[in-house]
Amino acid sequence: MKTLIVGGGMGGTILANNLARRLGRELRSGKAQITMLSASDQHMYQPGLLYTSIGRMAPDELYRDQASLLEPEIEFHVDPAVTFDLDNNRVVTKSGKSHGYDQLVIATGSRAAPETVPGLAEHSVNCYTEQNALEMWRRVREFKGGKVGIVVGVPHKCPMIPLEVTFVLHDYFKDRGIADKVQFHYTYPIGRLHSLEPVGKWAEREFARMGIQTTTLFNISEVDGEGVVHTEEGEKLESDLLISVPPHKGMQVIEDNNLGANGFIPTDRLSLKMEGRDNVYVIGDTTNLPISKAGSTAHFEAEALAENLAALMKFGEPVRDYDGKVFCFIEAGKDRATYAMFDYNNPPAPKAPNKAVHWFKMAYNQLYWASARGLL
Amino acid sequence: MLELLRGTDPMAERKVIDARGTYCPGPLMELIAAMKQIEVGDELEVLSTDEGSASDIPEWINKVGHEMVETTQQGDVWHVVVRKAK
Repeated sequence: MKTLIVGGGMGGTILANNLARRLGRELRSGKAQITMLSASDQHMYQPGLLYTSIGRMAPDELYRDQASLLEPEIEFHVDPAVTFDLDNNRVVTKSGKSHGYDQLVIATGSRAAPETVPGLAEHSVNCYTEQNALEMWRRVREFKGGKVGIVVGVPHKCPMIPLEVTFVLHDYFKDRGIADKVQFHYTYPIGRLHSLEPVGKWAEREFARMGIQTTTLFNISEVDGEGVVHTEEGEKLESDLLISVPPHKGMQVIEDNNLGANGFIPTDRLSLKMEGRDNVYVIGDTTNLPISKAGSTAHFEAEALAENLAALMKFGEPVRDYDGKVFCFIEAGKDRATYAMFDYNNPPAPKAPNKAVHWFKMAYNQLYWASARGLL
Repeated sequence: MLELLRGTDPMAERKVIDARGTYCPGPLMELIAAMKQIEVGDELEVLSTDEGSASDIPEWINKVGHEMVETTQQGDVWHVVVRKAK
């Protein structure tokens, strides 16, 4: 059985390693084959960009060689997919090489697309790429005081980022002794401060305590030449430093191959199969599922899918459904954190933040590499 | 998760957002994202197991100036239908 994995981010990497361990004997005997295609020879720890944007994690700490993370039996090519020929079970790459498969997994991820909102890229900073996180750090460290606006597009990767970036910036300015010169204005697209109702209620209390102004039902439509944000609801927001969580899109190659609108592929929420295809699976941000676009989602989907792909070879049938599990840390400042865990049947019930969870998050920033190797 | 159906206006399309059993980003956020992908006059039907959808979706729709078509409850699932007006 030949498994082709397109995408070397968190989901693709955990899937490849988990599956390789389950099929060790079959891989060594040549009965199974796992091939990964990626656009880069580097693997980035994307959650680290939040810390880079406030000067707490240098860019070189974010990367490892992708090949060093993979089990030796996995065939790895730095050669991005260009054409998906699903009717003939083939993917053609940038170099022109054609890869056949029995099972295809698409895990190409998503990207921030500030250019889809007029003026947003020019007038705001964000922490979604290394370059943008470094630019945000430059603007933040040069900031002498004034109004900080936080605006949020949909859909976006990492649903905790709007709150986290507000909390960590607040503590950063407090440490610099200029908190009394900085006024925060946090905005959010729906009628509360976060998608998760208990998290939103908790943030309401925290923001009130910290003196942070808020506006809900706030969906950016454009940023004008003066840097003023305008919304679909007719609101305006002026600021001296505009922090954005830009709307996201799936990767261009997905749209180019007509696999899904906006780059997100229609996916079955339980089997993770691409709709209408029996041997094509989708994980991570690439799905169109109405669940969090987050590393932990990709992680839990990858584990479920690896178990099923191995079971297909060993038993001829999948053995379990993806249950919708998501686990998100929530940094509540420079030294406190909490978490939210939920699935399709169990809503989240986050606890009050504390230092122990923050230090566990700090440890996870290093443990991530064990997670990517499929060990954690 | 979108499914294509015919809208109440026979010329309009209706897409279904199946957000049952999902908490984050949640039904309203899915609706806001999907609204950008459809044409004026087309409809979206949100399936939600969150009782709050019956009130927070109309609140946003009315504030922005789109149109509510109907809200019904079938068992534990709310069906909220809206039409893009601008």
